Amino acid sequence: MSTYAQKKGFGATLWDFLTTVDHKKIAILYLIAGGFFFLIGGIEAVFIRIQLAVPNNDFVSAGAFNEIITMHGTTMIFLAAMPLVFAFMNAVMPLQIGARDVAFPYVNALGFWLFFFGGIFLNLSWFLGGAPDAGWTSYASLAIHSKGHGVDFYVLGLQISGLGTLIGGINFLVTIINMRAPGMTYMRMPLFTWTTFVTSALILFAFPPLTVGLVLMMFDRLFGANFFEVAQGGNTVIWEHLFWIFGHPEVYILILPAFGIFSEIFAMFSRKRLFGYSSMVFATVLIGFLGFMVWAHHMFTTGLGPVANAIFAVATMAIGVPTGIKIFNWLFTMWGGSVKFTTPMHYAFAFIPTFVMGGVTGIMLASAAADYQYHDTYFVVAHFHYVIVGGVVLALLAGTHLYWPKMFGTMLNETMGKITFWTFFIGFHMTFFIQHFLGLWGMPRRVFTYLPGQGFETSNMISSIGAAFMSVGVIVLLINIIVTSVKNVRVGNDPWGDGRTLEWSIPSPPPFYNFKQLPLVRGLDAYWIEKMEGKKEMTPAEPLGDIHMPNSSFLPFTTSLGLFIAAFGAMYHVDDKGWALPVLFIGLLVTFGSMLLRSVKDDHGFHIHKEELMNEDDNKGVKA
Amino acid sequence: MHAEEKLTYETWPAEPEKSTLEAKNKFLGFWLFLGGETVLFASLFATYLSLKDKVPNTSQPLAKDLFELPLTFVATMLLLTSSLTSVYAIYHMKNFAFKKMMVWLGLTALLGFGFLGLEVYEFNHYVHLGHKFTSSAFGSAFYTLVGFHGAHVAFGLAWCLSLMFRNAKRGLNLYNAPKFYVFSLYWHFIDVVWVFIFTVVYLMGMVG
Repeated sequence: MSTYAQKKGFGATLWDFLTTVDHKKIAILYLIAGGFFFLIGGIEAVFIRIQLAVPNNDFVSAGAFNEIITMHGTTMIFLAAMPLVFAFMNAVMPLQIGARDVAFPYVNALGFWLFFFGGIFLNLSWFLGGAPDAGWTSYASLAIHSKGHGVDFYVLGLQISGLGTLIGGINFLVTIINMRAPGMTYMRMPLFTWTTFVTSALILFAFPPLTVGLVLMMFDRLFGANFFEVAQGGNTVIWEHLFWIFGHPEVYILILPAFGIFSEIFAMFSRKRLFGYSSMVFATVLIGFLGFMVWAHHMFTTGLGPVANAIFAVATMAIGVPTGIKIFNWLFTMWGGSVKFTTPMHYAFAFIPTFVMGGVTGIMLASAAADYQYHDTYFVVAHFHYVIVGGVVLALLAGTHLYWPKMFGTMLNETMGKITFWTFFIGFHMTFFIQHFLGLWGMPRRVFTYLPGQGFETSNMISSIGAAFMSVGVIVLLINIIVTSVKNVRVGNDPWGDGRTLEWSIPSPPPFYNFKQLPLVRGLDAYWIEKMEGKKEMTPAEPLGDIHMPNSSFLPFTTSLGLFIAAFGAMYHVDDKGWALPVLFIGLLVTFGSMLLRSVKDDHGFHIHKEELMNEDDNKGVKA
Repeated sequence: MHAEEKLTYETWPAEPEKSTLEAKNKFLGFWLFLGGETVLFASLFATYLSLKDKVPNTSQPLAKDLFELPLTFVATMLLLTSSLTSVYAIYHMKNFAFKKMMVWLGLTALLGFGFLGLEVYEFNHYVHLGHKFTSSAFGSAFYTLVGFHGAHVAFGLAWCLSLMFRNAKRGLNLYNAPKFYVFSLYWHFIDVVWVFIFTVVYLMGMVG
């Protein structure tokens, strides 16, 4: 064994994860934290469906229902979907471009800890006087009048985790631009890397408006400002604009990586090159660009006027074109391929009709005139669950099965994987298909109950039973994870046998320096090209030499912890608590102190020497 | 070339801010960060423009009652000059003239402090005229936009001074040269933002 991979005790492992700057370990942290918040958000969803299963139900009170729907949406978008997407980006993207780590390993760790403390802060609201209750969009007209600290938790928690996402986006952009292996031109990058690239650009430009919106809301609620106080000259529509200038790109931030994962799966398990690669790249960039042009379609009923509504309606419908390009390319990738129905391929196959249904209702909603009828009904709820669950969550589940062996070195059980797929897939359509009709029949969203005799009973009951099926699917996945982790059957470089891209050319999990020698990339699907020529591994692009690696650091943790502490000070400052301001300053001191320490303390990293790398080979008894 | 190498005037590269992979990453990453900052300030400008002169009653001062050109002109001159001095600092950094770089950086910081002092005086003056952060939506938007810029200047000063103190004794190398360079990018960015504040807040405030 090498000197680097020794068995460690629990304390040492914990310290390792608290201080790690390795993108593969950060990916695991994102997966665990995101998975945890996904379960919390899922439990909230089940509570919603229990409450709505029968009319006049009193399973939860009206106030608690508002908190649950707000936290369900906020948790699922910001604390589950985003970090899970980040988990796969971190785990796979650097390997796909043949890099030894991301451009800023330290910033990568900082991004994770900011997200984590923000998420914990937001969820502590349940125990500290009540969760936010103004909806996940937290419209200012509602939010500034919300009693208690719920909305303050929302504002401060999202601010902290949003900063983490922003720096993560910058990090991925620089990584892809500067750190590609020799021969890895832009037009040879795997589709998942391309979608990570475009997504990161969206993050960079979409998150600052959210930051500003949250700052304004924080100033209003905690420091006496008047941005949204109409009597003082304020205007609540500013929040709507800022929120959706962020919020619409956000849905593409979620769905583009999902497209990336599915593109990899279609090519892999059709054993065929992705159809129309360059048009896929083009469509991805175009969707990213158009994503910034359509935010006001969330505000058709705000009263922006017919001209604005018409422009945003047309721009919205235009996004259907590049998305359609993608759908056909995926279909043509399977056409004539030798399709293998693995668990990930099940998800990919099911994704196409599901997502197309979400797209069709999207075009319906984009018609501004018709939207007045759909607005704030269950039709909207059905639409966005079809695109987010039918697109993003299916991709995340597919990605979990696909990349599990690369991340952990062992395969998830395929039979249980297919059980998860079928229960989740059937449950999903049962839950949400009927909600289209509930909406068209007039059931408004965000209501905590409804009366009998309005024709909503049967449909709501069907919807709630569907939610139970989805829960079973998730539970089977958890059992699958436990069982396979206990068995822990180790797998080789390319456990699916059909790997096309660089991540499948190295061990599972990869050594901490990823590539002993950077690979020479000779075309799209670099590893597949080598395999087709009868080779077992990539041709190296450089002689064996010293490898430069970054040092671990505890400072990302303390930097984030400081903001977590400061947030409590800022929040309780309005209650005239004597300790609030000191806590605020101590927290900020910890954060800025950590940043200063990072700045003045030189961090040159360390080198793995050539001899050590050669020894490792000798010990394994393979090639010199 | 790597970051720990001992270099002389002869071996110092033409572009020390981009001569190692770490430096290249820092250079590009910081430019991207400034892209994000641009959107941040754009959002603040939009908020300010939509809330300009929105006050609850007529007794409160409006933009045209508040702003005076002489004060803002001096502040603008101080900040623009500090951008020029930071250019000289980076010119000397590229020529491996550490002492000269430090002198110009010191001048940059002094001018920055002068600007910040004027801003504190200005805010204090407005508060006495009844234009407060909490008194109207106009007040909230004004102090948030201009205050965000002021906080950026304050952060930049702390950054500049900590770089100067940290490296005072050891001179230039390829590890700290990109840090000085990136600071100067930041300082130019604050300057550009101020040009927009001067135009949108002060000039447009006085004519309309």
